[in-house]
Amino acid sequence: MIDAIRQVGAKTVNGIWKFGCATRFSFTMLARSGMCLRRPQLVLDEIYFTGVLSLIIIIVSGLFVGLVLGLQGYETLKRFGSAEALGTLVALSLVRELGPVVAALLFASRAGSAITAKIGIMKSTEQLSAMEMMAVDPHARVIAPIFWGGAISMPLLAAIFSAFGVFGGYLIGVVIIGVDSGAFWSQMQASVDLREDVMNGVIKSVVFGVAVTLIALFEGYDTPATAEGVSYAVTRTVVTSALAVLALDFVMTSFMFTGV
Amino acid sequence: MKRTAVDLWVGIFVVGGLVALMVLALKVGNANTVSAGRGYRVTAEFENIGGLKPKAPVKSAGVVVGRVESIAFDNKKFVARVTLLLDKTYEFPKDSSAEILTSGLLGEQYIGLDGGGDEQLLKDGDRLTLTQSAMVLEKMIGRFLFNKAAEGPAAEKQE
Amino acid sequence: MTSESLVELNDVEFSYDSRPILRGIRMKFPRGKVIAIMGGSGCGKTTILRLIGGQLKPTAGSVRVAGQEVSGLDHAGLYKMRRRMGMLFQFGALFTDLSVFENVAFPLREHTRLPEPAIRDLVLMKLHAVGLRGAAHLKPGELSGGMARRVALARAISLDPMLIMYDEPFTGLDPISVGIIANLIRRLNDALGATSVLVTHDVEASMKIVDYIYIAAEGRIVAEGTPDEIRESTDPLVHQFIHGEADGPVGFHYPGASIAADFGLEARP
Repeated sequence: MIDAIRQVGAKTVNGIWKFGCATRFSFTMLARSGMCLRRPQLVLDEIYFTGVLSLIIIIVSGLFVGLVLGLQGYETLKRFGSAEALGTLVALSLVRELGPVVAALLFASRAGSAITAKIGIMKSTEQLSAMEMMAVDPHARVIAPIFWGGAISMPLLAAIFSAFGVFGGYLIGVVIIGVDSGAFWSQMQASVDLREDVMNGVIKSVVFGVAVTLIALFEGYDTPATAEGVSYAVTRTVVTSALAVLALDFVMTSFMFTGV
Repeated sequence: MKRTAVDLWVGIFVVGGLVALMVLALKVGNANTVSAGRGYRVTAEFENIGGLKPKAPVKSAGVVVGRVESIAFDNKKFVARVTLLLDKTYEFPKDSSAEILTSGLLGEQYIGLDGGGDEQLLKDGDRLTLTQSAMVLEKMIGRFLFNKAAEGPAAEKQE
Repeated sequence: MTSESLVELNDVEFSYDSRPILRGIRMKFPRGKVIAIMGGSGCGKTTILRLIGGQLKPTAGSVRVAGQEVSGLDHAGLYKMRRRMGMLFQFGALFTDLSVFENVAFPLREHTRLPEPAIRDLVLMKLHAVGLRGAAHLKPGELSGGMARRVALARAISLDPMLIMYDEPFTGLDPISVGIIANLIRRLNDALGATSVLVTHDVEASMKIVDYIYIAAEGRIVAEGTPDEIRESTDPLVHQFIHGEADGPVGFHYPGASIAADFGLEARP
């Protein structure tokens, strides 16, 4: 019994400790981001690594989520005789919630895990140490560009996800089921607000992008220098960033959409 | 070299993302609504606005001609004062009437404008005098039951 | 005195989380020499290199490189000093996503603004020095252990450092590769006019090429001298180390309870 309590205590202290380290790590990285401005090519390469390589999974998933939303939404709305509201349903759920959240979860499992693996391997094979000894700061040369690449990629990926989702909803609703195309779009436009819905969705995706990339970088950097350590770190990245995304989503949603 | 391939893909990705954002803003959202510079404001007072919300459409003959800009409560007359922002390209007579309607049984509420016969046209800052409040379901049912109850005994007496 | 030795360690102490690793280390590396630090695994040899490179800070004592106190330098000063150091890591630590050419070009691209043709010439010269000019287009994954070590060596000397540090340069290599690397260490040191420090437990290979040897055990320097002096040494520990005997002052058994106690041979109370 005492042992269990002691364990919980140790875990908590450990967690807080780690959180502190992560914060210090983030500040160091941000403070040394200057090189990214002088050499934008570094960031560009990381946008390729985190963004472009995630495009396929984002587009396909966006399309399928849209298709499912269209089908399920139609079945439900039909019962209330308001099938034209399908556009509203699909667009609002995508732009406000599903777009940023699902895109962030996919981003965590595709790009986040790749980032952790990359940094973890660089650390465990002493590549980061070697870079330091070559008088090249790994924070500035490797970590900061990945951070900015991820933070730029994520909102774009979320927007692409939502756009393809809406297109998927349109395909099912209008092209296949036969909801009136005009009603579909006009109902959508009448109820989706640029600032309240689209902008808030973009803000969410920016926050998620920053959070997931930071978690992935830190887990990789904090890896014990073994092959086993790297694989655990990758798992932890996916789990931690999924939890972080959902928790942040709840907090932001309660700020953004419940106020008058 | 390999550089150009990466650059090309990053370019495609960034442009694609921005296009998706534009689509969300323009096609999905309603960025192209009446902006304050291109419209004029009129107010209307309603006894009850039901579930009307700011940004709800103002329609005339089914066509969107403006939006609800703001809703306030008049503490002297105990009515709701609704400010409408109407598109400059649409002009209405001064005695036009406004009513709060619902699209479908459970749909959202909007304001319907019916043109009157006045020679003079509505200007910025005018007030619509002829208004009809939202139909509130509970009140309607209440009235219906009351009428039924009033009808019932009278019909019995005649027999 | 300072002008003669490039690196000086004075009474250096170091501990990890209150576990002492180094105790009262005192060393001097004269310019132009090749020095070996030998000792069993886990005696803190690599830590000494990290202290010199400024990746770790000593708990007490001073580490001076070219007259500068390493732990007293700020971030910029430390990085400036490291530009004049080269370090070869145990397994090369090549950047796996860059080709051999780009690996060697990396320090040049980061620290100089040389035009592309100049970089190309310099890189090929360094690769030629280690005999791998023909492998420039390969990826690190396609190299054998010995070749990877040589590429890493080419990378370590690409900025013509004044101090080259080698962390276990012979580990895991076949005898031919060991000979090649040992030869390179000596030749490059003399060609560049640099000072080299080897951390190793390979006695034979290093005895042939070094000028001076320190032997470390349990965080202390237990013996020092030229290869000949070391070979002649009568110190039992040095003798055990040089001749690779299984038992001696460094026990075969990990310290613990006596065998009699563990197997219950002692009379139980």
